[in-house]
Amino acid sequence: MLIEQLINGITLGSIYAIVALGFTLVFGVLGIINMAHGEIFMFGAFIGVVVTATFKGPLWLAFLAAILVTAAMGYMLERFALRPLRSKQGVSHLAPLISTIGVSILLENLSHHLFGPGNHPFRASFAEISFQIGSITIYLVQIVIFVISVLLMYALSFWLGKTKAGKALRATAENLETASLLGVDVKRTITMTVIIASAMGGIAGILVGMAFNSVTPQMGLSIGLKGLAIIILGGMGNVKGAMAGGLILGLAETFVVVYGNSGYKDAIAFVAIIVILLIRPQGLFGQKISA
Amino acid sequence: MRKQLKRFAKLTALSSLLVLSACGGNQAAGDKEGQSGGGAVKADIGVISYISGPGAAYGEAITNGLKLAQEEINSKGEVEINLVIEDSAGKQDQALTAAQKLMNSENVTGIIGPTLSTEMNVVGPEADLNGVPIMGTSTTAEGIPQIGDYVFRNSLPEALAIPAAIDKAIEKYDAKKVAILYGNDDVFTKSGFDTMKKAAEEKGLEILTIETFQKGQSDYNAQLTKIKGLNPDLILASALYNEGAVIMDQARKMGIDVPFVGGNGFNSPEVINIAGDAANGLIVATPWYGEKEDEKVQDFVSKYEEEYSKKPDQFAAQAYDALYIMAEALKNAGEADRDALRDALAEVQGFNGILGEFSFDEEGDVVMDPTVLVIEDGAFKVFE
Repeated sequence: MLIEQLINGITLGSIYAIVALGFTLVFGVLGIINMAHGEIFMFGAFIGVVVTATFKGPLWLAFLAAILVTAAMGYMLERFALRPLRSKQGVSHLAPLISTIGVSILLENLSHHLFGPGNHPFRASFAEISFQIGSITIYLVQIVIFVISVLLMYALSFWLGKTKAGKALRATAENLETASLLGVDVKRTITMTVIIASAMGGIAGILVGMAFNSVTPQMGLSIGLKGLAIIILGGMGNVKGAMAGGLILGLAETFVVVYGNSGYKDAIAFVAIIVILLIRPQGLFGQKISA
Repeated sequence: MRKQLKRFAKLTALSSLLVLSACGGNQAAGDKEGQSGGGAVKADIGVISYISGPGAAYGEAITNGLKLAQEEINSKGEVEINLVIEDSAGKQDQALTAAQKLMNSENVTGIIGPTLSTEMNVVGPEADLNGVPIMGTSTTAEGIPQIGDYVFRNSLPEALAIPAAIDKAIEKYDAKKVAILYGNDDVFTKSGFDTMKKAAEEKGLEILTIETFQKGQSDYNAQLTKIKGLNPDLILASALYNEGAVIMDQARKMGIDVPFVGGNGFNSPEVINIAGDAANGLIVATPWYGEKEDEKVQDFVSKYEEEYSKKPDQFAAQAYDALYIMAEALKNAGEADRDALRDALAEVQGFNGILGEFSFDEEGDVVMDPTVLVIEDGAFKVFE
């Protein structure tokens, strides 16, 4: 029983981690909390449902479609909700946050009209594959989710640390104008960041759909808030922090149910934020910012 | 006086879609035009429903049912009802604003709705204070009709439905140990849980664990794994169907194969759509059974399917019957007057609708016999 719960916790944590990775990437470069990330994640899940359930397409196509659609949404988000605010003088630093909240409301209502209210089942035969070890049932999806989250984390770390594009991205994060003066195509770098973050949200969406068989227009909100909690926990803009934070939260939520009261499941994320902010304001993996 | 009347007519013409329905406004000016127009009683009935947000599926079913009933009633010619529909978005404050708008500026004769018991708890007292008869079609929590003389409901309360379902399940499966699972952020599912717990205690069942979840949650594995380890004979789940169906899906995947007993909110054909085979073994007591061999019921089902291309659930059925009850009361009242409508509603006895024989008790609460159903091979069947 304990091992089963451990698997539950890791699965949940891995999903949280992928969502948080997208969050942290955008925050790290732009310093913006992208409140629409949860809704883009939800759209990814819906594209998965549409491809597999409505058009009976194969799973790989669902992944491909979800990545493409969410990437396109990421581009639109940057092009229409973020870029116009960046070039203007005297725009409050809160403006992009409000703008992304607006996008999130728009997307939630849009999906409501496109896909209808209520729960949409995710029927993929892949999600049914399981094997038995003793009395424990493990689903292949659970392993896939964990592997994908770890792979994404490493790919992202490598990309940021070792490639030229990653270097450009870090330079942009450091200082937009200086990077631009040194020949970094800032506009392209930012657009690419938002697109990659959104596509990761789309991947997470499909994984959730497969693991829990539950896709609703409202699923973006709660996962978005959890993602926010995780990047505060792990350290804003830190890739390893997002991964660790996600796993910690997933396991903590699961074990609150096991040993305590399931009513406190959702509270744990926010209690963790308060404690972390008091003891280590920069987050578990974050660096102190000297003002 | 004349000028005033004119102004009133203008106002109603602006605010309501149909000029025909201006009787509500005129009535306030002391004129009972409700009776004119070839003997048909014309009335504006306000509807407050959960049309946008997480529970929009309920609002959709309810307004669909109402519109279907409205069409039929109006075509008969005895009563002419105009529906003024407002969205509450499932929020108390918005429901109250909508109710005030309907009562004060639209001058409706009666109100159907709101959808949630939480909303009714704030709207009910306001309607009672203003002397506007209000009927809930989906408010099943404890104490709703007791709010006041003007508050009614035609939805089977959980306090009647749940014990009936639990009784039958105990009888059939010889259940002794149960686990309870409920949504703790909704008055409706919470009230269902209270009823379940009380019923379980009265029957001398051993409650192994009580687990909770929140609306819109997608992962229930932690709670279910815990329940699986305790080996209950039955799982009592007070959930709305959206969450409930996912819970059953995850439970069956995990290898929990004991029957589930659900409340009113769990009772919907959508459970089968969402959970597929995993929905087998769900036991619910219901006022609504769409497979019933009854002409009225089958008529309604086929018309509804034709119009909206999906099967009606109990929310649609209850709304449909509610408007018929309203129409019946309006006919008996003979005029579109709020007090007359209230008195006529209170006298409704043995009304024969698609839900079966229906009466109000002296408090405005429901008197009827629920049917206990179980999902078997992907369809609701009578549980025996």
